[in-house]
Amino acid sequence: MLLQMTDSGLYCAAGDFYIDPWQPVQRAVVTHAHADHARAGSHHYLAAAAGEHVLRQRLGAEASITTLAYGHSLQIKDALVSLHPAGHILGSAQVRVEVGGEVWVVSGDYKTGSDATCASFELVRCNTFITEATFGLPIYRWPSQPAVFDAINSWWQNNQAEGRASVLFAYSLGKAQRVLAGIDATLGPIYVHGAVHAMNQAYAASAVALPPSQYVYEHEQTARVKPDWSQALIVAPPSAQATPWLRRFGDISTAFASGWMRVRGQRRRRSVDRGFVLSDHVDWPSLLQVVAATGAERVLVTHGYVAPIVRWLREQGTDAYGLDTHFGEETEE
Amino acid sequence: MQQFTALYMAIDATTKTNGKIAAMRNYFVQAASGDAAWAIFFLSGRRPKRLLSSALLRHWAGELAGISEWLLVEAYSAVGDSAETVTLLLPPSTTATDLPLQEWVENRVLPLYNLDEAAQRAAVVSYWQELDEQSRFVFNKLLTGSLRVGVSQRLLVRALAEATALTNPVPDEVIAHRLMGSWEPTAGFYQQLLDPQVEDADVSRPYPFFLAYPLEDEPSALGDVAEWQAEWKWDGIRAQLIRRQGQTFLWSRGEELVTDRYPEVVAAAGQLPDGTVLDGELLPWSADGVLPFGQLQRRIGRKTLSRKMLQEVPVVLLTYDLLEWQGEDWRGRALKERRRQLELLLLPLAAPQLPVSAIISTANWDDLTAARAGSRDRNVEGLMLKRRTSPYQVGRKRGDWWKWKIEPHTIDAVMIYAQRGSGRRASLYSDYTFALWDEGELVPFAKAYSGLTDAEMRQVDAFVRRNTRERFGPVRSVTPQLVFELGFEAIQRSSRHKSGVAVRFPRILRWRHDKRIEDADTLATLKAMLPAE
Repeated sequence: MLLQMTDSGLYCAAGDFYIDPWQPVQRAVVTHAHADHARAGSHHYLAAAAGEHVLRQRLGAEASITTLAYGHSLQIKDALVSLHPAGHILGSAQVRVEVGGEVWVVSGDYKTGSDATCASFELVRCNTFITEATFGLPIYRWPSQPAVFDAINSWWQNNQAEGRASVLFAYSLGKAQRVLAGIDATLGPIYVHGAVHAMNQAYAASAVALPPSQYVYEHEQTARVKPDWSQALIVAPPSAQATPWLRRFGDISTAFASGWMRVRGQRRRRSVDRGFVLSDHVDWPSLLQVVAATGAERVLVTHGYVAPIVRWLREQGTDAYGLDTHFGEETEE
Repeated sequence: MQQFTALYMAIDATTKTNGKIAAMRNYFVQAASGDAAWAIFFLSGRRPKRLLSSALLRHWAGELAGISEWLLVEAYSAVGDSAETVTLLLPPSTTATDLPLQEWVENRVLPLYNLDEAAQRAAVVSYWQELDEQSRFVFNKLLTGSLRVGVSQRLLVRALAEATALTNPVPDEVIAHRLMGSWEPTAGFYQQLLDPQVEDADVSRPYPFFLAYPLEDEPSALGDVAEWQAEWKWDGIRAQLIRRQGQTFLWSRGEELVTDRYPEVVAAAGQLPDGTVLDGELLPWSADGVLPFGQLQRRIGRKTLSRKMLQEVPVVLLTYDLLEWQGEDWRGRALKERRRQLELLLLPLAAPQLPVSAIISTANWDDLTAARAGSRDRNVEGLMLKRRTSPYQVGRKRGDWWKWKIEPHTIDAVMIYAQRGSGRRASLYSDYTFALWDEGELVPFAKAYSGLTDAEMRQVDAFVRRNTRERFGPVRSVTPQLVFELGFEAIQRSSRHKSGVAVRFPRILRWRHDKRIEDADTLATLKAMLPAE
């Protein structure tokens, strides 16, 4: 096996490195900066150049990070390693590992839909493909993005007409920036939570254009009169929901941007007024298309609806297995 | 249909009461009477008789989507709702039409009842083609029979009253009363519902029930005990008995007409004068007193009653209140006046099937506290406290009526099975089966799902996923590891349960992180709580 599962994570013996390990190791290749994939404590990290600033934001200034441009190769002992856009968030990469002519690709998290804040998913042909399965059921089919952003815009406008602030929950790394880049920023003032603000700065440092937004705290410090939030869009991480932090905005309407919002019960459980179906993961049809297009003879499936995807692929004649990883556990990013 | 779909989506798009009311008000102001009548029908939780099974609907959608049965089961289990699963699986529609709701219901949905399965499938598939995703969802909800969208009867009544406010205002109470009982969802009904003039003439129509709030403070906070009437709180079926124009009607609190289920009560009601309405509780009652609720359950839902059943489980209506007397609505009068007349009416009759709820005489709150402590021996749930001057109000209101229940039985049990929930618990493992120790084995004895916080539920969900032993369809057996304190109201012997006992209203009180499974209670401990034979 070119890659094998160990207690610390996926391990490549030929190159003596791990991919997205969940224990500290000597050499870690990281697919993207979300916390369940990029964990602190390893000695050296290899990541895509495009994601350097966001990864540093997560791992700290001291972390030893080597970067590699998309499509460039690096020989690590007996393994040839290259990184390819996964379309998930800024700097997200699929890891291609080639040893003795055999090619494995670890997708990390990925999506095929367009995203103004990161490079588009690139199909990489391989012998073995390791795919995520976060939304691996046929109920998950993403609606068209213009329709989703239109819906967010009209929700914001309706709230403005009724004098209510619009609080949109979105994961602070990736989703928040994608939302900011997609909405109509001319509708009114945009404010962000501190966690989103920090990530926006990493995006700015990476030269990703986002509409102007102001950090809520700074706005309050500099405002001469009590701020009026009634026309504003406020982007905050889901963890800010039901916290005293929200009280400052007075009357609010709440919404959550996530693939989970495809299911009504998920939205009701989160007690938000609106759910906007916007995901940074592949939906069911795209996942199956990608798996077929890689030409892989073997498919390994990690985190999410693993069993249905494995069973479906086997019924189609693909050699598929579930892979027990620790991804997708701690956060829902 | 699109107008009604927009209403559904608007109600669904807000968690705030005022937002829901505004959405309904705006709909009723604009809607045609025939559509509005059906909207009220569905929003008030009514449903047409069963048209087709949810499983069939899912099966057809699976066929159209080209997915196999097992995947359909996975999808349904993640969504937790048939109408929504179908909506999420169907291929996009091609054409969109917009016919009125009345037309959809009367000419399309209801006629499905008379078709065979093949014709039903053809019709439903062609209707799906005409609807966009949101309208499909609402249509599927109408087909599967339940449109629950978080609207209570009270909100619906408020919205209707507000819709009349600009033109000919009709008070909330009048609308609430007119919506009770049985009515046909027609344009004529809707017009009468909002007519400020019409005299109400329906002989069978019940009054909305007045419901009590749980007492959370000390009873002494209620002031002078002399202002309060204390009664036992019984565990039966709240009901309203109507005697008008020589006819008798018995309504359950769920607004179900149950007249033919309790012939002994109806026979006794024949002695009441016309223009009498009583509020009370249906209870199984033998010569020795009240029987466990489980006995009453044997009679619920049974339309034909054997002589044996009538002998084994005789039922009475324990009367609490008098709502109408000599054809006059007495709800506005003080409780003490209604009570006096109730006694004047029923005590001389001495009908065994129409006893009067006893008033617990008391001089101070301590007496009542002591009386409440003896509740379990009397097979009651605690006390009811009603202000002697209170009118009979509509719905659940604070202030005048309180239920003061005893603390539940508690026991520490081990979770052994988990199942995904539905609705807002969809795709989470949130419904659990609990077990107690018996000779070194864990024996299941109760299922419970409510009581955990959302955060705890997510933790248990993660535990279930990582500790699954076996799968039986939607149910997973898990490694016995988690201990929970369960509460329940009553306990009785049961031959239908493996444990030999059945508990009433089991729910999770708290997660005992501090306990290992060896520390959980035994079946013997539970059985010791059984009432003496």
